[in-house]
Amino acid sequence: MRIFVPRDAAARALGADAVAEAVAVEARRRDIPVEIVRNGTRGMIWLEPLVEVETAAGRTAFGPVREADVAGLFDADFGSHPLALGPVEEIPFFAKQTRLTFARCGLIDPLSLEEYEAHGGLAGLRRALTMDAAGIVAEVTESGLRGRGGAGFPTGIKWNTVLGARAEQKYIVCNADEGDSGTFADRMIMEGDPFSLIEGMAIAGLGVGATKGYVYLRSEYPDAIEVMQAAILVAREAGVLGGSVLGSGRAFDMEVRVGAGAYICGEETSLLNSLEGKRGVVRAKPPLPALEGLFGRPTVVNNVISLATVPVIFEKGASHYRDFGLGRSRGTIPIQIAGNVRYGGLFETAFGMTLGKLVEEIGGGTASGRPVRAVQVGGPLGAYFPVEKFDTPFGYEEFDGQGGLIGHAGIVVFDDTVDMLRMARFAMEFCAVESCGKCTPCRIGSVRGIETIDRIGRGDAAAIEILTDLCETMKEGSLCALGGFAPYPVMSALQHFPEDFTTSHKEAAE
Amino acid sequence: MQAVQPAPSADDIQSLIEQHLHLEGPLLPILHSIQETFGHVPQAAIPLVADALNISKAEVHGVMSFYHDLRDAPAGRHVVRICRAEACQAAGADAVSAAALDRLGLDWHGTTPNGSVTVEPVYCLGLCACAPAAMIDDRLHGRVDAARMQDLLKEVGA
Ligand SMILES: Cc1cc2nc3c(=O)[nH]c(=O)nc-3n(C[C@H](O)[C@H](O)[C@H](O)COP(=O)(O)O)c2cc1C
Ligand code: SF4
Ligand code: FES
Repeated sequence: MRIFVPRDAAARALGADAVAEAVAVEARRRDIPVEIVRNGTRGMIWLEPLVEVETAAGRTAFGPVREADVAGLFDADFGSHPLALGPVEEIPFFAKQTRLTFARCGLIDPLSLEEYEAHGGLAGLRRALTMDAAGIVAEVTESGLRGRGGAGFPTGIKWNTVLGARAEQKYIVCNADEGDSGTFADRMIMEGDPFSLIEGMAIAGLGVGATKGYVYLRSEYPDAIEVMQAAILVAREAGVLGGSVLGSGRAFDMEVRVGAGAYICGEETSLLNSLEGKRGVVRAKPPLPALEGLFGRPTVVNNVISLATVPVIFEKGASHYRDFGLGRSRGTIPIQIAGNVRYGGLFETAFGMTLGKLVEEIGGGTASGRPVRAVQVGGPLGAYFPVEKFDTPFGYEEFDGQGGLIGHAGIVVFDDTVDMLRMARFAMEFCAVESCGKCTPCRIGSVRGIETIDRIGRGDAAAIEILTDLCETMKEGSLCALGGFAPYPVMSALQHFPEDFTTSHKEAAE
Repeated sequence: MQAVQPAPSADDIQSLIEQHLHLEGPLLPILHSIQETFGHVPQAAIPLVADALNISKAEVHGVMSFYHDLRDAPAGRHVVRICRAEACQAAGADAVSAAALDRLGLDWHGTTPNGSVTVEPVYCLGLCACAPAAMIDDRLHGRVDAARMQDLLKEVGA
């Protein structure tokens, strides 16, 4: 019997290790031969720890399983049981998805290169090895893939710049700093299907002529660090990485570098400084990192999901990928539904689903059972959306048109107990804590912002205009999007929830 | 448990430095490994690192002070990190933090007088779909309500 108990950090944070141990103990006690596979998560986090059993009819799921439930599951012979969820891929949250980037996540043993290959892995890299560099870059351009780290810049165009740059050494840098609240897609794929990132980086290396890659991985992700490092060793051992990628005679190798707890190091130039061993201060652009990046050399900086999506583009072809989506947002997007939500998790789907459908139908509304009041999309620098805007389709331009951004595609749901003045204050506080300090509007402005919001909270209505002006200054005068976009959550809170910025509300709340 | 050893010797530090000198951009890996070994980056390490990398002590200090993770003094025996970011707030993290700080009698970054616990804020642990989240030493915990936090604190002797 094969039993799957995820090793994903979220599953472990909910007790998966104890469940796996209990499965082993129970199997031994009953003398039942069991192979326990520590897979990634399927992304249905509200069901974690989600235990799956391989049957003739496919994999059936049970969850959320506690240590104390395990004996009962054996008693029921993993059949009829109150925690039984049926075939895992028929659970509605899962069945409604289009899984391209995350096709293998949760399905396979993350460190088994054999299983990876058996489910389509390395087919993309093999195809890329038959193409020339320009052809590889053209394939990415044609897929319509845009950067999933936040800015949505076309990946193929970035690669083309690096391809065109002449240099002895070029680099592929994977941005795995995933600092946005409400996001965990990078973590999930690194823990659940690390070879897809390795394969994507190898293809990027072949495409632009880079032989060395770095994954800059945040220190808050100890599990992802461990799995990525182990996967790199496996890949090197198997000749996927190294002096001759899959025997092609062409070199590509990579290593993990661990961050040190600075949100700003997710910004690409700050990240490069950090990799070089400097303070993670933002660099002015130009020069573009594509031309003068790591150690001054041409460098591709891409988000984990951008790179991990490259293999499926090569496996299935650019047009297969491009045919999903809406407008200029092509392909699929792993949307992370989080916060006060009933069905929290990762939902990969073609661009175009409305925000309301994602929150109310897929996410099932709030976990508290109270009405949804606001959702923040795109991390701490993303706007707060009121329910009135729930018809906005999930796409880069569509969100921009509503004064928002999709960022790394995290949705954080709040119920009607949220105090939007506090959330606005928090946005400024976060900016103050994480500012790299290079520009005054961000470094000082955010501190002024906190003070000004406190004045508003004390009933000084005149301070609202000061806050508005301050936000304008931060938007105009900041070098990067930390100071430049912090005004979005603040101003959207003020605009859509003005009642939270008046004294009468404050008094009512007390 | 954080490894806290009272007086790291120059030789120990030097050997950690040397293990990383072959890397491109070795400074952060060096500081990480020193901190992992000694629980903090001792003052005595700064000139050794600066020498080895041929940079100024001020530059090493600059890096030390920039990154939230790096500490120049030992933490408590256990480090409790509680997520303060939006998704956790939406799920009630403020009450969890307040209860924890209250029980410990500390403000953020503080250490209990008996040296058992240091409490730090953290901004997202990637557990936003099972919020509120916390990390105690190297272990992550999801769906941590105030009662669960009390249990966890008890386990680390606070
Ligand atoms: C303050 C700030 C934080 C950022 N954090 C991240 C991050 O954690 N991960 C990420 O991939 N991109 C982040 N970005 C975006 C990067 O600067 C960059 O656009 C991205 O890594 C490029 O990769 P992509 O084109 O694949 O998205 C951040 C940007 C800013 C301004
Ligand atoms: S906006 Fe803030 S984080 Fe960005 S460069 Fe300026 S000071 Fe640094
Ligand atoms: S916001 Fe707390 S874990 Fe992500």
